[in-house]
Amino acid sequence: MLPIRGCEQSDELTHRQKLAGALVLLTAVQILILFAGFFAPYNFAVQDRERPFAPPTSLHFKDARGNVHIRPFIYDLEGAGHSAGVSETDSEHPYPVHFFVRGTPYKIAAMFASRVHLFGVEAPGHIFLMGSDAYGRDQFSRFLFGGQISMLAGLIAAILSVSIGIIVGGIAGYYGGWVDELLMRGGELFLALPWLYLLFAVRAALPLHISQWEVFLLLVSVMGLIGWARPARLIRGVVLSAKQRNFVVAARGFGASDAYLLRRHVLPQTYGVLLTQMTLLIPQYVLAEVTLTFLGLGVGEPLPSWGSLLSSLQQYYVLSSYWWMFLPALLLIPLFLVFYTAADALQELHKSVTL
Amino acid sequence: MKPGPKFDANRIEPLLRVTGLSKQYVQRRTFSRTEFDVSAFQDVDLALFRGKTLALVGESGAGKSSLARCIALLERPNSGRIELEGADLLALDRKALFLFRRRMQMIFQDPASALNPGLSACEIIAEPLAIQREGTKLQRRERALQLMEQVGLDAKWERKLPFEFSGGQRQRLVIARALALKPNVLILDEALSNLDAPNQSLILELLAELQVSHSLAYLYISHDLSLVSRFADEVAVMYQGKIVEHKETRGLFAAPEHFHTRELLATVHSVESILMERSA
Amino acid sequence: MKYFARRLVHSTLLLLAVSIFSFGILQLAPGDFFAPMGLNPQISSRTIAALRSQYGLDRSLPVRYAHWLRGVLKADLGPSFAYNSPVAPLLAVRARNTLLLTGTAMSLAWLIAIPLGMWSAVHRGKWADRAAGVVTSGLVTVPDLVLFLVLLLVAVRTGWFPTGGMVSAAFSDLNVWNKVKDVAEHLFLPALGLAIATLPPLVRHVRSAMIEVLEAPFIRAARAHGIAERRVLFRYALPVAANPLISLFGLSVATMLSASLLVEVILSWPGIGPLLVDAILAKDVYVVIGTVMLSSVFLVAGNLFADLLLFAADPRMRTE
Repeated sequence: MLPIRGCEQSDELTHRQKLAGALVLLTAVQILILFAGFFAPYNFAVQDRERPFAPPTSLHFKDARGNVHIRPFIYDLEGAGHSAGVSETDSEHPYPVHFFVRGTPYKIAAMFASRVHLFGVEAPGHIFLMGSDAYGRDQFSRFLFGGQISMLAGLIAAILSVSIGIIVGGIAGYYGGWVDELLMRGGELFLALPWLYLLFAVRAALPLHISQWEVFLLLVSVMGLIGWARPARLIRGVVLSAKQRNFVVAARGFGASDAYLLRRHVLPQTYGVLLTQMTLLIPQYVLAEVTLTFLGLGVGEPLPSWGSLLSSLQQYYVLSSYWWMFLPALLLIPLFLVFYTAADALQELHKSVTL
Repeated sequence: MKPGPKFDANRIEPLLRVTGLSKQYVQRRTFSRTEFDVSAFQDVDLALFRGKTLALVGESGAGKSSLARCIALLERPNSGRIELEGADLLALDRKALFLFRRRMQMIFQDPASALNPGLSACEIIAEPLAIQREGTKLQRRERALQLMEQVGLDAKWERKLPFEFSGGQRQRLVIARALALKPNVLILDEALSNLDAPNQSLILELLAELQVSHSLAYLYISHDLSLVSRFADEVAVMYQGKIVEHKETRGLFAAPEHFHTRELLATVHSVESILMERSA
Repeated sequence: MKYFARRLVHSTLLLLAVSIFSFGILQLAPGDFFAPMGLNPQISSRTIAALRSQYGLDRSLPVRYAHWLRGVLKADLGPSFAYNSPVAPLLAVRARNTLLLTGTAMSLAWLIAIPLGMWSAVHRGKWADRAAGVVTSGLVTVPDLVLFLVLLLVAVRTGWFPTGGMVSAAFSDLNVWNKVKDVAEHLFLPALGLAIATLPPLVRHVRSAMIEVLEAPFIRAARAHGIAERRVLFRYALPVAANPLISLFGLSVATMLSASLLVEVILSWPGIGPLLVDAILAKDVYVVIGTVMLSSVFLVAGNLFADLLLFAADPRMRTE
């Protein structure tokens, strides 16, 4: 049922706007994560054993004497060094927050070295915007760095799955016959296991204790390799119908070769499906990595995946007493909202464009 | 005794001759092992002449489209010969066939599905030239613009995408593309059926002009006899995969022999007015 | 009946292929259960070799597979190294628990989705429908992990629900009715979590299936005949909408099984999920294979059941 001409236009605008908005937000997140070293005051592995489970530091603009300062400042924990969760602050010693400070060195995208951080406080003050964990590590910094691991894992795995999907689906759909039958039966095999169980099973096949980067690569490859079946099936469908469209028949009538037809006419029809699949798969894979790491089967310490940030929540005392440890989980929600909005908008746009 | 047009023998050689063409499909009932042959068409003889239009009529499912695709070399028949200016097309190898493809082109019923929605008008028309590797990019574009003018489309629309054109204009695009390789034969598979009446007339005019200026032979497939009566020189009637009657148009309308022809004629509103038209 | 037989054969072959695949994959792992023992200087390598040979770990892959397969036919799924007992009874208990959980969650989800979806479809466009839409979309964006952690938090902070396990310590002393109550109390949070996690797509599909059916001419005819709206909905619309919904049911089994793994681990429900996680960490390979195969069996069985339902519900399928 086609929408009414005028209404469809305005709907499309909103979809386009939604997509644009979502993409802007996603790009912002990417920038934050890429420059994690800059935005985070500390390195993800820096521990402070004297401040375990410190609550988030509050920013003050008014000091104890009632003066208002433009530059925010913080108070350090009083009597640092004893039990976790201490929240009394030492009002006698304010630490002003400085911007563009020189701190611990870091690398952007493992290439450019720098020492400049967006903000920080002088030692021995500590600024924990999201509190600290059992080892006194700044959760905010770990959250930003963790994004590097988890989002990157999701992205690479999604690209891998979709690439395999387009190759398998393209061949199966275009050539048909026993090739199609064989490939689709193979896909059925992968779909016969619930995906999380499949992921775990393959994870079980990997050595448990190897270097973190090897784990990361293996994990990403595994996720990518098992998830090809559904995209392949979708792409096969598109290729099958595109193959029979009259413009493909006409091109064949001009003497075009199979390769030309695939390249110029058939595969371009799949781009819409590919894009939507990517926007759906990336969050799914990010979540898969987070889940695996959460359960101790993923990227290991000290690499800060979002999963490892959340894994301490499995202990009841952490869950009930230190509320800030929950923040990374809550922050995931708007992120996924942005992904799903983009996916929905893409799907609607795609539907309206295909003749 | 096979039916054939009742012309005199003083005729020029046919441009395209089809003899004894047959095609069967193998079908298997779902979930069973038994296969059986479904015949699309059998033993078809046809001849196309320069500057003349042969219409092939019959109900849907009579095998007409299948026949058209075989003649256009888009599918292979099971037996028979297709000769273009004497050359046996079915016996050619891929390379030779590649060269012959340019001589025959097909125009489809639905212009929207015949155009790649992602390509611009110029790219669409120039595509056959690109596939057959003719000329440089610049030359191809020149030719595409020329063709646009020939079919009555404004050349400055070259960058527009198919959805920006109306139905009639899209069909013109399809025709322009078909003409790119300077074919001798155009096979039109219900090419006017999806257009409204005013557009049909316009496109018919265009096709008539082109037939004269390029000496094209047309094979027009249709189920609509009244439409066909307006421009076809000869009509062949197809029934259940066989040609049952083949006459020049006026003769067919005036004195139909086969019962199926009579059935088809019964759906035509006014045979007399058509006869009157044709005699003018 | 022929249809059912063919589907059964197909499913069995599929499971066989899955078993070969799983077995093969797991053998890629270097080291086995006994490898860490090698680090212990008190255990001689001869003991380890003897243990390996006792469990048949020193034989080649195809031999081990054949052996295992033969065992499966006798309901013997191999030995568990970590628990020092056969896998089958271990798995059976856990499987029962998982079935209890997923069955309850599935019923709960559909019991909410169908009325909600129908109601949304009927009141389509009005604020009630839009509100329901927002809530379901909102639920989709919450990752399962976060949802289950929130439920755990609720349990821990409020103490209204037990925080884990299936039964309390004093279970065996309770009478039958209290036993049921006890299990139900423990079942509530995980089942609720699982239902919420899988609910949104169900509601959306019920709604769109109902909308499509309600626009059909035969519905208009029924209304024109003066048939009561409720009857039209349930006796006329719903059965026709059932077709795509049954297919959806088949697909939802897969997502539910995956989600169940997570909820079982987080809320400590003793199903096959935690068993798998522990077995992976311990490299208890026959437990891993058994669990993975079992999850596949559930999935394939669920799909088969859905196919049967479809066959029974839709007369068009029977003509093939």
